[in-house]
Amino acid sequence: MNPILAYLIFPGFLFTAVVGMLVSWIDRKVTARVQWRVGPPLLQPLYDFIKLLGKETIIPKGSSRITFLLAPVFGLAAVTLVSTLIWMAILFPEKGFTGDLIVVIYFLMIPSLAVIIGGFASKNPIASLGASREMKLMLADELPFILAVIVPVIQSGGAIRLGELVNHQNNYGMIFSWQYPSGIIALVVAVIAMQAKLTLVPFDIPEAETEIMSGPYVEYSGPPLAVFKLTRMMMLFTLPMTLVLLFLGGMHFQGWAILWSILKYVALLVLITLIRNTNPRVRIDQAMKFFWGPVTILGIVAVVLALLGR
Amino acid sequence: MGIKLKALTKSPWVYHLSTGSCNNCDIEILDCLTPRYDLERFGIVLVGSPRHADALLVTGNMTLKCIPRAKEVYEQMPKPGVVIAVGTCSLGHGLFSGSYVMPKTVDEVLPVDIYIPGCPPKPEAIIAGVAKLLKTLRQKA
Repeated sequence: MNPILAYLIFPGFLFTAVVGMLVSWIDRKVTARVQWRVGPPLLQPLYDFIKLLGKETIIPKGSSRITFLLAPVFGLAAVTLVSTLIWMAILFPEKGFTGDLIVVIYFLMIPSLAVIIGGFASKNPIASLGASREMKLMLADELPFILAVIVPVIQSGGAIRLGELVNHQNNYGMIFSWQYPSGIIALVVAVIAMQAKLTLVPFDIPEAETEIMSGPYVEYSGPPLAVFKLTRMMMLFTLPMTLVLLFLGGMHFQGWAILWSILKYVALLVLITLIRNTNPRVRIDQAMKFFWGPVTILGIVAVVLALLGR
Repeated sequence: MGIKLKALTKSPWVYHLSTGSCNNCDIEILDCLTPRYDLERFGIVLVGSPRHADALLVTGNMTLKCIPRAKEVYEQMPKPGVVIAVGTCSLGHGLFSGSYVMPKTVDEVLPVDIYIPGCPPKPEAIIAGVAKLLKTLRQKA
């Protein structure tokens, strides 16, 4: 497959954007049903996106103009690249290069970095506050997330290529199974860290709507805001897909296996939505204590169990 | 202009601006956003920043201190955008007519698109008013 086409159309930008919009609709609809409401129509995320594209772009006086406008684009490019790498590994496990798992981990951080840079560039005290919270949250959740990602690497005998991880799980069953408690613990840790990486409740501390008015995004309007929203929707698709690849054995598209594959992803998505609808927001210091305390200890336990071959 | 306005009618994000109201209309607006009335069906979401807003929901009549601030908030809202005046006070002076701190009505300061009367208006009345506004905008687009 032509790499440029792959990046722009099929597993890359267009595909991820369309599915991301669909997925964010599912998120909003499930939220509405949990609150006993009807919820938005199917095309609502698309309407929001088109409307934001048609609005005026306001650049605040005294802000760093180029950084302010480029930050959302970097985030979008990074999440597109991650999605392309993940889907190429799922579709063609033989392809890919050694160490693309590490590349994926790095690029998953860049959307958060883009939010931080954009927030600081917009010269607004509230945006700066939100960006500094985002930075602390990133410091907090990276450590347990990487500990969780190390577990499948150890279990598959030191594979750091995504395709090898998929092949290993095709041959020996998924990492998340009752024979290996380390895999189960690692998935739990990864889901908690994912909630923070997506900045959803209980870890929506950076953009706390009722407290600091959507934080780093406060000065954004029109197309740049649309790009940020799209990045968030695509993250909501890409990050659970990464976990599906790492822990649940990727996806298969032969016959009935396709339903089982989709179920894996939808189960993770609904889990995220239910966590977000049944928890209050925590403070940033509580979040850091939580991540560096219990969650990191759980992650270390998982790594030790994996090293012992459990 | 066509598709811009059309998309706007499908997802109007609302910023709630209180310019010296008695808080009654504000509570009724919050009632609109509860699960019972469920405005997210129309794509209406309450946003925290005027930069994200498509509609400015103004309650109360303009006090002297609020006039420059209301103008500033209106200028911060990216265009195209609409202004909705809610409650009897924001239509004229209401209960406070003749007061020395309230020299102007809302429509003397901001270009109001629709007026929703009532002291306070019921949530049903607010929803009906917004739906009428969206209908006229859709015809204009």
